[in-house]
Amino acid sequence: MANAIKVRSKIEGDVALIRLLISHPMETGLRKDTEGQLVPAHFIELLTITYQDRTVLSAQWGPAVSRNPYLAFRFKGAQKGEKLRITWVDNKGESQTDEAVLE
Amino acid sequence: MKQDRRAFLRLVSLMTAAGMLPRLAHAETWNQAAFAAKSVDDVVKLLGGSAPQQSDQVILNGPEIAENGAVVPLEISSKLPGTESIAILIEKNPNTLAATFNIPPGTLPDVQTRVKMNETCNVYALAKSDGKFYYAAKEIKVTLGGCGG
Repeated sequence: MANAIKVRSKIEGDVALIRLLISHPMETGLRKDTEGQLVPAHFIELLTITYQDRTVLSAQWGPAVSRNPYLAFRFKGAQKGEKLRITWVDNKGESQTDEAVLE
Repeated sequence: MKQDRRAFLRLVSLMTAAGMLPRLAHAETWNQAAFAAKSVDDVVKLLGGSAPQQSDQVILNGPEIAENGAVVPLEISSKLPGTESIAILIEKNPNTLAATFNIPPGTLPDVQTRVKMNETCNVYALAKSDGKFYYAAKEIKVTLGGCGG
């Protein structure tokens, strides 16, 4: 969980293109380790992205989202220098919140 | 400690009254039933829909062949007016539903992400607009499955 959420942003007009890379194992619970033991499921369930106190995207994920999840989306009404806040919560109750300044 | 708790509760009630905590009050909960479902029909039902219609207004972009089933890039977009949500369903995965995205007003119904696929099968992009569900389907061939790993 040490790695910060990587955020790339690009604003065209008032539309921001946001690209995120989150560091997370996204274990399905079906994979076996080298000793043949099942690795317990560990995946992000909820993701919320807010901009100036409005939610611009929220998502629910299952373990079928790839390891170190990537997400790209676009929203209107964005301004350079304003902050985007990203929060996720996983099935073990762990969470991470990071902020990024739009550029 | 008691003092702190009271002070905190007072603060929370003030903030609630001031409308500063609307999102906490409506915090989303993970749709466990939908993510446990084993078929496209069941997922649609558990997301609150029925009889989704195929629509060319929903666009699902992905590779024809995914060499690595652990990382299959997908883009889903919708031209349906007032698209409220987008979901990704993978027919032959252990659990059909991969992800759902809520699209609030002001956000474009166009998301890109990467998913795992266990084997060659149909992938469905499901979009909700005006309370109805519409979908696009695409078969993606998988060379190396990405679930059991």
